[in-house]
Amino acid sequence: MAGKLKVGLFSFSCCEDSSIVFVELLNDHYKEWLPLVDFKYARIMKTKNDPTDLDVAFVEGAIANERDRQKVLDIRKNSKKVVAIGACACNGQPAGQRNMFDPETKKEIQFIVDKFKMMDKVLSVPEVIPVDDQVAGCPMDEKRFIAVLEKYLVEFGIKK
Amino acid sequence: MHQDFDINLEHITKIEGHADLSLKVRQGEVEDVELKITENKRFYSQAVRGKPALNVAQLVSRICGTCSIAHLTCCLEAVENALKVEPSEQTKILRKLTTYGMYIRDHAMHLYMFSLPDVFKKDSIIEMADSHPELVDQAFQVKAAGNNMSKMVAGRAVHSTLPMVGGFAKVPDKEGAAKTVAELKAAREHLFQLMQIFKDCDFKFERETRYVCSGNKDYSYLGDEIISSEGVPVPKTHYLWHLQRVIIPYSTSTGFQFRGKEFMVGSLPRMNLKKDSLHKDTRRDATSYISLFPSKDIYNNNLAQAIETLHAIDHSIELLETTEFKPEKPVEVKEKSGTGVAAIEAPRGTLYYHIEIENSNVKEVELVIPTAQNQVNMGFDIKKLVEENIDRPKEEIEFEIEKLIRAYDPCMSCATHFLKVKWT
Repeated sequence: MAGKLKVGLFSFSCCEDSSIVFVELLNDHYKEWLPLVDFKYARIMKTKNDPTDLDVAFVEGAIANERDRQKVLDIRKNSKKVVAIGACACNGQPAGQRNMFDPETKKEIQFIVDKFKMMDKVLSVPEVIPVDDQVAGCPMDEKRFIAVLEKYLVEFGIKK
Repeated sequence: MHQDFDINLEHITKIEGHADLSLKVRQGEVEDVELKITENKRFYSQAVRGKPALNVAQLVSRICGTCSIAHLTCCLEAVENALKVEPSEQTKILRKLTTYGMYIRDHAMHLYMFSLPDVFKKDSIIEMADSHPELVDQAFQVKAAGNNMSKMVAGRAVHSTLPMVGGFAKVPDKEGAAKTVAELKAAREHLFQLMQIFKDCDFKFERETRYVCSGNKDYSYLGDEIISSEGVPVPKTHYLWHLQRVIIPYSTSTGFQFRGKEFMVGSLPRMNLKKDSLHKDTRRDATSYISLFPSKDIYNNNLAQAIETLHAIDHSIELLETTEFKPEKPVEVKEKSGTGVAAIEAPRGTLYYHIEIENSNVKEVELVIPTAQNQVNMGFDIKKLVEENIDRPKEEIEFEIEKLIRAYDPCMSCATHFLKVKWT
């Protein structure tokens, strides 16, 4: 698919509100974006997904366990640019609200943290890997997302 | 053939959230069906404690991106129930419109983006843009009509800003209402082709089970009582007498049984139990589709969703055309403590909130999520499906399993919350 921006949309610990905002942005933009963007990885839309050789990875959600930490490290390796989208990816909250629990509440949930091999502290995406851009908001800000996508369409020579 | 084999599906696609599935076939018998909801728990049941009761709905909205309006609305109603707040008739209409906007957007996402690619044997709606361009145009137009209505009535379609305890921070203006009605009328025309596609579709899977939903007079989503295929309705306050938790050790979600047996919630149960309360225009124009219910075919959940989308459009048009919205202050909250219950029909089934409030702060919240209620039923369905297809190639069986799971329209983001049981 030469001539298209190779994009991945990844989701970790969150409510997937930014994925929903993205899917709703397609209502007005799909005719414009589909000829320009190759959605190589977007499990909310596709069964066959390829996470390798991406131009831009949009990453939603906080990182709460080792499996996800490894995945986000792989995303960084496989993507020229990584963009954190939504509050949970950008600053780890509210998905990481257990970080702020008092000792008694932390003790109450510890068996679940242990059972599912969660990390002691939930991390934002920039705490795990360097990111090139952030689209903050809960859910992510629509206009800012469009601006970032447009920026990379130009930067990668897809759009003048 | 295939006497012994394993199936492991990691991260099932075109559903909301994260789930895996594994099962074993030994000597031709299906063993150990494990539908694992793998969402990381985000511990809302602990995080809500001590939060101001009047604001907590904004926090629980963040449990789920796609059905945030369901959590927001149900929590507001539970808080009002606890603090003896009776919202105005206008507020009730605005809440119906808010939830209808969610239904149209959410059902359209599931039907057009998740299910239609299965019907046309495509990987995604993106591939359908070449083969079925008109249908793809329609998909985004229907979704936009719901999304825009939620924005107009509730401020945002995801984590809405205007609904609050006792009312709405702002009411729709005439221009906004008129524009929404025009969009809904344009979207309405597309629903008939969608219903026909799902009626004609040859997917079929039947198994005896029980159906449960909350009932009301106008098929809106603000429930009054719990009705089921088992007979006598029960008040929503008594829901815990009829639902039993089932511990699923390998999943981050709890399952449920209804009176000791597996059951289903969602569009198919609603159509089976209360299709007579659909909007009159829907009943007039969609008779040939509605007459297929009651049905035991899980794939008719898709057709049921399409009919419900038409109903949501028809009832919204009527409400917007016949209501003159006037600015009004939210009902004053006088009580500081109490216990409240609410049940609403979220797109995927009945959502229950039970809240305890002490000195204006939340003491405890318990909720029961639709997908968690369906989890046991889905497991039995998958087992029977594999048994019926055991001689087919493994890849085809895997596709059939994913297709079946998608027909339930599960939401894993929601399902993993509010779990109090301990595993041993």
